[in-house]
Amino acid sequence: MSRFDLPFLGANGVRQSLAGADGTSGHRHVGEYFDPRPGPRLAGAAPGALEKMMAVRVPPFESFYEEHRDAVFRELRRLVGNEAEDAYQETFLRALRAYGKLRHTDNLRAWVLTIARRVAADHYRRREAPTVVVEPETDSRPAYAEIGELADGLPRKERAAVVLRYGYDMSYAAIGAALGSSEDAARQAASSGVRRLRRRMQ
Amino acid sequence: MTVSPTLDARFREAAAAAGLLDVAYDLAETPIGTLLVATTDRGLCRISYDPQPEREAEALAETFGLRVLRAAKPIDPVRRQLDEYFEGTRTEFELPIDLRHQAPFSRAVLDRLARVPYGHVTTYGALAAEAHRPRAARAVGTVMNRNPVPIVLPCHRVVGANGSLTGYGGGLERKEILLKLEGAIQPQLDM
Repeated sequence: MSRFDLPFLGANGVRQSLAGADGTSGHRHVGEYFDPRPGPRLAGAAPGALEKMMAVRVPPFESFYEEHRDAVFRELRRLVGNEAEDAYQETFLRALRAYGKLRHTDNLRAWVLTIARRVAADHYRRREAPTVVVEPETDSRPAYAEIGELADGLPRKERAAVVLRYGYDMSYAAIGAALGSSEDAARQAASSGVRRLRRRMQ
Repeated sequence: MTVSPTLDARFREAAAAAGLLDVAYDLAETPIGTLLVATTDRGLCRISYDPQPEREAEALAETFGLRVLRAAKPIDPVRRQLDEYFEGTRTEFELPIDLRHQAPFSRAVLDRLARVPYGHVTTYGALAAEAHRPRAARAVGTVMNRNPVPIVLPCHRVVGANGSLTGYGGGLERKEILLKLEGAIQPQLDM
């Protein structure tokens, strides 16, 4: 391709789709974080010029925060119940630390929810088992949206088991690992949690 | 389920206290309207009349970095000094100002401007001469018009050679109010 051939600029200089300019899609899907490696560069283009033209603008932190804070809080309520407030602050402080380095990202909502889940996982790890990280799948939306709230009054271990089992559909083996106990103990904690909830509802 | 105002405020304060912000901003109520006030870790960087916060946040992010957040506490010293100024008990601001993104000529002019005392006026031409560009009165006018921190850097104290108020980024009415407050011009009898 000739260096004078710049098909991604429209007549008025507005960015058009880059697809076809270099045989790849104009948007780099790099997952949750911006990939700092330089992208494909046209011969002769000023360093960074292409990235600049391609850049999807990351909004000011204020707009990002306003847009996603309620979703983050709901997610944390499901995951850690009454301790969501501390987790909320920690989640957005972590996001803020990483935010200055963000250049573009496909999905800020998915990115911040991933941070929230890591904070929640750290929370359980601190409480229950010092060694294993719970890493719920990004797309494992809770089967029962309200399970977290429902389980609020349970003893900590039972609550964790119930939320992870019925909210996140995790296996008892995985839950046991996360809570620093055995598969059987996880099954027991979940079922005694469920019994307790049933009794409470009667 | 939504985030409570308390939790929201707590996060904003923690973010500022942790030194994680490029810019903190908030609104301040004054007798001449609501102002948007913004600071960086180096000092006051913006005062806007009739602000549209979303647009301001965009502009601040572009200049100073993406980590722009509304937070009350970092703005408090500015708020306090503005209150005192409008009450007539303060004639000088004691605030660091972040002019790092100003061009050298603008910075030189704003530096001279900062020394025009309370209750006095000067002219565009005089400021230009002080900045060693005696023929740049019009350029000085442009710098005044783009003054990032009006009131604190007193561009309202700059008038035309014939004494007319000429212009003001926040509107001539505000310029007149500020000059009357400082006693630089007399209130009209019919007011």
